[in-house]
Amino acid sequence: MKAAFTIENLGCAKCALKMEKKICGIKGVRSASVIFMSKKLIVDADEGEMLRIEEEATKVVKSIEPDARLVKR
Amino acid sequence: MILDENFLTVIASASAFMIGAEIEGAAVMIFFRIGDMFEDAAVQKTRKSISELVEMQPVSVRVVRDGKEIDVGPEDVAVGEYYIVLPGERIPIDGTVMSGYSSLDTKAITGESMPRDVAPGESALSGCINMTGALTVRADRAYSDSAVARILELVEESGARKAKTEKFITAFAKYYTPSVVVAAIAVATVPTLIFGLPYEAWVYRALVFLVVSCPCALVLSVPLTFFCGVGRASKSGILINGGDVMDRLALTDTVVVDKTGTVTKGTFEFSGIHPHGVTEDHLLEYAAKSEYRSDHPISAAIIDRYGREIDPGEIGKSVNLAGKGIRTEVNGRIVHAGNSKLMEDIGVEPCGVHGGATCIHVAIDGTYSGHISISDEPKEDSAEAIRELKDLGVKNVVMLTGDNMTSAGRVAEIVGIDAFRSDLLPEDKLEILEGYLTVREGKGSLVYVGDGINDAPSIARADVGVAMGNIGSDSAVEAADVVIMNDSLRRLPEAIRISRRTRGIAYQNIMLSLGFKFAALALATLGLAGMWFAIFADVGVAAIAIINGTRAYGKLF
Repeated sequence: MKAAFTIENLGCAKCALKMEKKICGIKGVRSASVIFMSKKLIVDADEGEMLRIEEEATKVVKSIEPDARLVKR
Repeated sequence: MILDENFLTVIASASAFMIGAEIEGAAVMIFFRIGDMFEDAAVQKTRKSISELVEMQPVSVRVVRDGKEIDVGPEDVAVGEYYIVLPGERIPIDGTVMSGYSSLDTKAITGESMPRDVAPGESALSGCINMTGALTVRADRAYSDSAVARILELVEESGARKAKTEKFITAFAKYYTPSVVVAAIAVATVPTLIFGLPYEAWVYRALVFLVVSCPCALVLSVPLTFFCGVGRASKSGILINGGDVMDRLALTDTVVVDKTGTVTKGTFEFSGIHPHGVTEDHLLEYAAKSEYRSDHPISAAIIDRYGREIDPGEIGKSVNLAGKGIRTEVNGRIVHAGNSKLMEDIGVEPCGVHGGATCIHVAIDGTYSGHISISDEPKEDSAEAIRELKDLGVKNVVMLTGDNMTSAGRVAEIVGIDAFRSDLLPEDKLEILEGYLTVREGKGSLVYVGDGINDAPSIARADVGVAMGNIGSDSAVEAADVVIMNDSLRRLPEAIRISRRTRGIAYQNIMLSLGFKFAALALATLGLAGMWFAIFADVGVAAIAIINGTRAYGKLF
C-alpha cells in the first residue's frame, strides 16, 4: 500500500535526496520518494508495517533537518 | 555527515582567511547565504504559483442539514448531502445540480475557456467557478475522490516518478561531492608536498574546488523544472503523471486512438431506418425493446428514437455479446440486434446495406428484419489535432474501432488519419497494440488514447496511456499516465510540446550547471580562475538555472 506524508519545513533539495535514500533503506520499504517541490514523502510498504516505518522515517527526517516534521496526510 | 555542503563552505571560507584571502572568504559566506535566500524565495514562489491549483482547495462547504445551512470542512461532507454554492464561489465537491441554473467557468479544471451552462440534473465538477446563479448541489463523491483533490494529489505526487534526467542527477549527486573533495585534497597536497610548489597558491586552488563542491544547482533546478512542466500542463487541463511520462511523451512516434468518444463525439444519433419485410415501426419497436437492458450509447440513441414507454414485463432474458451486439427475448420472440458479425454468427444474411454509417442489424426469430443506421460525428477539432501531431513529427496515427469498415473509413478520411483497423472486438485492440509494440524500431514511444472506460488494459499497456475526459472514472486515473480533462484530442499535441519544452529546459540546466562547475574546476587547477568565478559558478548559476526552470511553467516572475 502507498501512503503519502507531508514534510513540513523541508528546507533543502539535497536534504530531500538524503532523506529519500535513508527512508528507502528502512526495513520493509518497497519504494519511497521525497518530492522536494511539494514537500511530499510517498512510501510503498505493507500496511501492517506502515506505523513502524512512519516512526523510523520521522527519526530520519529529524536527523537530517532538525526543524522538519513528518505529518501523515 | 562530513561532506555536508555547509561544513565544506565553512572550511572553504575559514581556510581562505588563513591564507590571507579575507575578502574572498567573506564573499563565500555572504553569497552562499544570499543564494540560499534566493533559492528559498524562488521555490516558495514556484510552489505558490503552481498552487493556483491549491487555491481550488475549498476551505469550507455550505451544507444543508436539518433545513439549516451550516459551514463544514470539505472532508466532513457525506456523499448524498446537499450543499449550496453562491455565484463567484468554487464548486467544492463533485456533484449533481439539484436546483438552480448557472454558468460554470471550467477553465481551472479543463483549460477550456467557454463557460458551461448547468441546469438541474446535470453534473457539477469540483474546481469550476459558479458564475451567475446560486446552485444547490448533491455531493456524489467524497471530497477526497473529487476532481479538485485528485488533481492536486496528482500534481504534488508527480515528482515521485522521476524523469531520466532527474535519476541521472540523483546518481550524479551521490558521487560528485565526495569526488570533488578528494580532488581538492589532492590539489592542496600533491603539488606542495611532492613537488614543493608554493603552498598558498595551491591551497587557494583547492578552496575553489570546495566552493563548487555542492551539486545544489542541479539537485534543485532539474526537479523544479519538471514540477513546473507538470504544473504548466495541468493549467491546460492535462494531467501528466510524472517526469518519466514526459520523457516518453516527448519521443512519441506512434499514436493509436480509439474512435468512439476520442476522435468522435461519442454521442450517437439516429440517421436512418431500413426495414426488411416488416414495417418501420415494427423494426424500431423490436430494436428498442431488445436494447432496453443495454447501457451502450447506441442503445440509448435507438431507445430515444423509439420514444415510447417500454414495459419491462415484455423484456425477457437479455445477453450482451461484447463487440457484436445483444440477444434479447421480447414478447417471447428471440431478437438479435448488433453488427454484421452477430448476423454471421446466427447465420442471417443482411441485405440492402449501404452508406457509411454504423448499422445495427436486427433479426427477429432468426429472420433478417432490417437495420438502423446510427452516426457518430468527429469532434470539430479532431482533424486539427491530427494535423498538429503530424507537424510534431509523429510518424503513425492509427485509429482502432469496433465499428464497421465504411463508417470507420469515413471518420478517418474526415480527420486525416491514414491508417485504421475496424470491426475489432475489445480484446483485439490490446492484441494490435502488442503488435505495434513488438515491431517498433528505435526509441520512439507509442501513445494510446482512449476514453478509459472499456480500454483500460490498452491504456495500461502502451508506453503512454492517455485517458480522455474522464477524471471521474477511477479506472482511467489509475491506469493512465496522462488524463485529458476536456474532451479535446488537441490536448495531446499540446502535451507533447510541453513535455519536449520541459525536457529541453532540464537539459539546458544540466549543461549550464555542469559546464560552469567543470570549467571552474579545470580553470582553478590551472590557476586561471579564482574564488569569484567559483562563487558565480555555484550561487549565480543556481539562480540562473532556477529562473530558467520556472520557464517550464510559463511566466512566473
